[in-house]
Amino acid sequence: MSIAVLAAEALTGDEVKAAAAAEGAGFAYGLAAIGPGIGIGYLVGQAVQAMARQPESAGQVQTTMFLGVAFTEALALIGFVVFILLKFA
Amino acid sequence: MTDVSNPLTQRLEGPAPVMEVAKDLIRRTALVAPVLIVIGAIFWQSAGAASVAYAIAIVMVNFLLAACLLAWAGRISFAAMGGAAMFGFLLRLGLIFLAVLVVKDAEWVEMLPLGLTLIVAHLGILFWEMRYISGTLAHPGLKPTAKLPIHTSSSESNHETTGAA
Repeated sequence: MSIAVLAAEALTGDEVKAAAAAEGAGFAYGLAAIGPGIGIGYLVGQAVQAMARQPESAGQVQTTMFLGVAFTEALALIGFVVFILLKFA
Repeated sequence: MTDVSNPLTQRLEGPAPVMEVAKDLIRRTALVAPVLIVIGAIFWQSAGAASVAYAIAIVMVNFLLAACLLAWAGRISFAAMGGAAMFGFLLRLGLIFLAVLVVKDAEWVEMLPLGLTLIVAHLGILFWEMRYISGTLAHPGLKPTAKLPIHTSSSESNHETTGAA
């Protein structure tokens, strides 16, 4: 049973809204971090493999990995912004 | 000492190109910061300007921290670099969360411009930077710019003259 349902039995009005917002914010941030986590894991694994196979191109791969991580991280940032808007705004 | 039998324990020698890219990212962020701050001030007054400036600072520190972690771990081993990239992601998300948590009740903070700036600045600067990334073996970081010494016909002719003398 979700927190929102439990809260609805004991609370009313703004408190229920706040509880639902907190629940939604938590889900938004948590779920939004899963995708980038998988993406960065895959990206880093492939990059390390590429560096191990061709150490002479390690600098080039490191730059590509840095940009890839930064782009993937933007997805988590979007989830984070949804979180702060639901929770703190 | 580097174990050559295991490629994962090899490390990156020389200057890390990722630091060069991070510095360029920060330079570009600083270039667009006044424009974003003015936009924040127009729509949300002084609180908006302060929030936008704070978000820009978060983005800059985030880029710099990511690059520093990668460069530092790259000097240890490729495997350490992979670990630093993964745990760095977790660490930086936590730091961004803390940075927002600390100021969430401050009077000068507006959450909407802060959040929007985090996304727009992060993605916008990255797409802008993509135009200047070389990604070749000769230039693993940024593209060579006009600041590099250019061999002109006059300098070549000077060399020839000197050689002849």
